[in-house]
Amino acid sequence: MGQLTVAERQAGIMILVGMAVLGFVMAVAGADNALGVHGAWILVAAVVGVFLMLDRYLDPPPNETRLSEYYDDPAKAGVVFAMMWAVIGMGFGLWIASLLAWPELNFDLEWTSFGRIRPIHTTGIIFGFGGNALIATSYYVMQRTCRARLQDPLAAWFVLLGYNLFCVLATTGYAMGSTQSKEYAEPEWYTDIWLVVVWVVYFVVYLRTLARRKEPHIYVANWYYMAFILVVAMLHIVNNLAVPVSWGSDKSYSLFAGVQDALTEWWYGHNAVAFFLTSGFLGMMYYFLPVRAGRPIYSYRMSIISFWGITFMYMWVGSHHLHYTALPQWVQTLGMTFSIILLVPSWASAANALLTLNGAWHKVRDDATLRFMMVAAVFYGITTFEGSFLAIRSVNSLSHYTDWTVGHVHAGALGWVAMISFGSIYAMVPWIWKRERMYSPGLIEAHFWLALAGTVVYVVAMWNSGIIQGLMWRTYNDSGTLTYSFVESLVAMHPYYIARAFGGLLFLTGALLGCLNIYLTVTRLPLTEAVSSRPPLDCEAAVGALQAAE
Amino acid sequence: MISFIDHGAVVWFAKTVGLIYLLVMAIAALVYALWPSKKAEFDAAANAILSNEERP
Repeated sequence: MGQLTVAERQAGIMILVGMAVLGFVMAVAGADNALGVHGAWILVAAVVGVFLMLDRYLDPPPNETRLSEYYDDPAKAGVVFAMMWAVIGMGFGLWIASLLAWPELNFDLEWTSFGRIRPIHTTGIIFGFGGNALIATSYYVMQRTCRARLQDPLAAWFVLLGYNLFCVLATTGYAMGSTQSKEYAEPEWYTDIWLVVVWVVYFVVYLRTLARRKEPHIYVANWYYMAFILVVAMLHIVNNLAVPVSWGSDKSYSLFAGVQDALTEWWYGHNAVAFFLTSGFLGMMYYFLPVRAGRPIYSYRMSIISFWGITFMYMWVGSHHLHYTALPQWVQTLGMTFSIILLVPSWASAANALLTLNGAWHKVRDDATLRFMMVAAVFYGITTFEGSFLAIRSVNSLSHYTDWTVGHVHAGALGWVAMISFGSIYAMVPWIWKRERMYSPGLIEAHFWLALAGTVVYVVAMWNSGIIQGLMWRTYNDSGTLTYSFVESLVAMHPYYIARAFGGLLFLTGALLGCLNIYLTVTRLPLTEAVSSRPPLDCEAAVGALQAAE
Repeated sequence: MISFIDHGAVVWFAKTVGLIYLLVMAIAALVYALWPSKKAEFDAAANAILSNEERP
């Protein structure tokens, strides 16, 4: 609040008043369903927000010196939100993993049935944890790479808080049974519209800061972040085109039907993997990994070529989710072909990251934060290879609908997305809170090994389970009928489901250690000059690059 | 109302416009990334992020 000008405080209060009115209208119109419940929450939250802002309204206005500093308060809040959602999302993940092994764990309640809490897990992780980590790091990276202060502090806060409101509406809606039933696009129409508003403001904040940049060249990490913002907006709007039953209903019907609906959904779904879970996190990697290693990216040119390769080719691969369906064969083949070609830019990115570490491997050994990023790049390489492989129609005939897919997704989500996020957060926390270092390197080390062990246990369990499932479902006996009943395949999977839940438990424990470490860093360590906490330049690499530049 | 767009027309569009789109895009990206005089700019960009300066 101290950083907001009087005009911004007024605008903030106006926005909250507007939201309170909107919440009231929703609460009245949707009195008998989730829309009304959410409206009432928005009303209460907005009114509380107004009072909190009025309470600080007369604080002295910020002085001019703030303009010569970066503005990191929203990034700090974003880190806190990301870690909270990590615990929520992983906690629900552990719950549903256990539920599959021990079905009585839903306690016979409608709100906790698998179909409702599974999307809470995926939304909590992808949008809650991943999204907040992306917003927080993007606020940091855009300012540093542009050498420009974040424009529009109020808009930056609006994006962060509005985005978390979206996550809360989405996840609580599922528990109440409010869902569009489209994977990764479950939130209902009013929640979707709210995300569009937030997302457009996010894009504007990013562009306005870029427009004020002092660096002539836009560093490649920003391209990845902008592709993430722009394409996610496009995907989200098209896939969620729907007509609500009425203005007072939380239920809507998609504009698409049949196979068109399926293709639109998987065009969205796979590009959510591409532009939410890959592009943005590559932006993170292209900034935090070189900075932490103290070495410039191995090949800047390769990073540009990979960028356009990934951006162009990912758009076409969604149809590989619909092999052997009513989708025309040629569309399936198109998706399969592009999935295979996609391996080239994906591995170029992974190799670029690992080659950057040449000459800094001693740092990888000593520094668990950098090791998080290194392992993330390795898992990125493994997962993209596996993805191209699984997209081949004949391989897919074995793997589809089995746990192999689940294992693949988690190699990406745990091994790549979460690892690069934790690495970046551990690097960024001391910088934005202006602390010398993280409170406990030992806790980071413990987190690293828990995360790695959890990922390996999880993924190996699902590979085994998935291939067993796939084989049992296609084994015929002499009389030409299936050898195994479906229940027999469930019995065969049981031990792997327990192993999977154990892997998730390890991963969640690591995340809890991370929360503790961040809390201790902020509360126990003294303020320091921010400059000192950034690692020293690797002189040799920098000099070499400068000479090459001449 | 859009019956004049049949399957054949979509395939024709994909095989002509789509192909040109793919190739032109690929060539443009490669030429931009590999243009010799851009090297200095790219090297400067790659190194600029390593600066420890903590002010805009």
